[in-house]
Amino acid sequence: MARLSRVAVAVLKKLGAAALVVWITATVVFLALRASGDPLEAILGGPGSQAGPETAAQATAAYGLDQPVFVQYLQQLWRIATLQFGDSYARKQPVSELLAANVPPTLALATLAFALAWALALAGTLLAANARGRAGAVARALLTAVETVASVVPQFFLGAVLILVFATGLRWFPATGAAAGGLPALVLPVITLAVPVAGYLAHVLHGPLTEADRSPFATTARARGANESRVLARHTLRHAALPAIALSGWAYGSLLSGAVVVEVLFARQGLGRLLLEAATVRDVPVVIGAVVVVALLYVLVMIVSEIVETLVDPRGGRAAAARAGGVGGDRSGGPSRSGGSGRSGGGGAPGSSATRTTAGSEMIA
Amino acid sequence: MLRWLSPALAAATLCLVALAALAPAILAPQDPLAIAPAAAFQPPSLAHPFGTDESGRDLLARVVHGTAASVGIGVAATAIGVVIGGALGFVAALGPRFVDRALARLFEVLFALPTLVVALLFVAVWGGGAWSATLAIGLATIPGYARMIRARVRGIAASGYVEWARLDGAPRLTLFARHIAPNSLWPLVSAATLGVGQSIVWVAALGFLGLGTEPPAPEWGAMLDAGRVYLGHAWWMTVFPGLAIVATATALTVAGRRLAAGGAE
Repeated sequence: MARLSRVAVAVLKKLGAAALVVWITATVVFLALRASGDPLEAILGGPGSQAGPETAAQATAAYGLDQPVFVQYLQQLWRIATLQFGDSYARKQPVSELLAANVPPTLALATLAFALAWALALAGTLLAANARGRAGAVARALLTAVETVASVVPQFFLGAVLILVFATGLRWFPATGAAAGGLPALVLPVITLAVPVAGYLAHVLHGPLTEADRSPFATTARARGANESRVLARHTLRHAALPAIALSGWAYGSLLSGAVVVEVLFARQGLGRLLLEAATVRDVPVVIGAVVVVALLYVLVMIVSEIVETLVDPRGGRAAAARAGGVGGDRSGGPSRSGGSGRSGGGGAPGSSATRTTAGSEMIA
Repeated sequence: MLRWLSPALAAATLCLVALAALAPAILAPQDPLAIAPAAAFQPPSLAHPFGTDESGRDLLARVVHGTAASVGIGVAATAIGVVIGGALGFVAALGPRFVDRALARLFEVLFALPTLVVALLFVAVWGGGAWSATLAIGLATIPGYARMIRARVRGIAASGYVEWARLDGAPRLTLFARHIAPNSLWPLVSAATLGVGQSIVWVAALGFLGLGTEPPAPEWGAMLDAGRVYLGHAWWMTVFPGLAIVATATALTVAGRRLAAGGAE
């Protein structure tokens, strides 16, 4: 029970942080987009629009642009608080309608890719971990090579190659046609999105697993007569998965980054393309709406990954909850864990702080 | 065997990339901008090892001459991220508590926004182009470096040897210059090496979305964007610039991970 209530406190803290994230994001986007251009231009159809002064005056009044900027800012915040977001400048449609049409496809795409990335990373890591002897060494070297290339391959390139091979070449899956619906059109975009994240997760799983395998608790478990799969399932894997779970929020965020590219490449409707198109025409309400959704999704995934981390952590509730709740805000991103494992009262595995620094040092994307 | 094979391959790739960036004419004497409409869409051959594009420009020349732009923007963006992020990380870790709190919150907020989203917003505000792309990617990577350095410096500042030196009466500046800075800069070096690889990919992503360098100039991402239209019948326009990005980024990742492993021992 105590474990649950600690999690609840951590969740509440995260929600408070989420409100802060949304507020700061909205403020920065509002100020930046307003300071750098006239919103009226976007409303009237971009630069060089032929609209007369009456139309301009009408639009100014309709969008509340005759109010002082501070009042407009407050109105914008109020619209965010009520999740209305106002009307799109360029598309003359409520932003909430645009979001309702564009968020679900991206959410489906990113979530499927997230699941596939975890499945690939786990499968690859376990295959390499279970193979012993000479075959095992080759498998591990191969896995390292594959995960390194996978973690850097740009989605726009991978997607293009997949289209070349599986859509134009073999004709197994369609490259486009998301509008018609159906799962076949999802296959290539999901793989494209998942592979780089899978490569990264595999890298983060691989090191700690090797380390946990050599640790005293694994040796003790083996000495007690546990077989290899039991050691893996009950001891080493749970330990090794923690850094990767902590990075899941980041991973999901990078999937949303990737969604922009993948949606353009595969001509899919979605949040990424909506954001790209709105940003290029300075459609302030749409940009703010899309960015707020992205930030909220990140926070949501962070909360879930923190709960999962607490449940998986073999060190039990206390150390895990202390890490989740006690240090609060500055840990939420997960990446920079080296300072934290020191503060958690020496709960970390031997040498885990070094591994985490290595993993954390790459968290710059 | 693989132990030395992958670093050797990475080093060879990086040498080739450096040569292509600094002296492209040695590797590809052809003009990357010379248009020859009669020779458009030629598949790879001896005369054009990477084929030609829709205007008959030699793709090998364009990939080689595009190195300077892609890698240059990647390096510059990483420099922005590392310098500003590193400085903020040091300030957060060593400065007054309220500064640390404020900065930690700020990093957290910025972390909630994926790199490409931040870069898109920046490009939306300032317009596209090489400089804008550099700044956009550089700014988007600041929080990652800042968080890393902050955690690292805090760990070092709380460690035994720093406490020992402090008890020994060492002035703050000595503590910083002799103990904290050298030990926290090493991970920054490996992170920056990895970061250049990542930044090259992000810059190419912006180029792919049509927000990078201006069209005629060769840049890997922009070349991929151009190739996308002809993906069906000119695969070489996509494959070769893409392989250049993958090879460079992989080599930098291998190098960066090597450096990180060396520093952790």
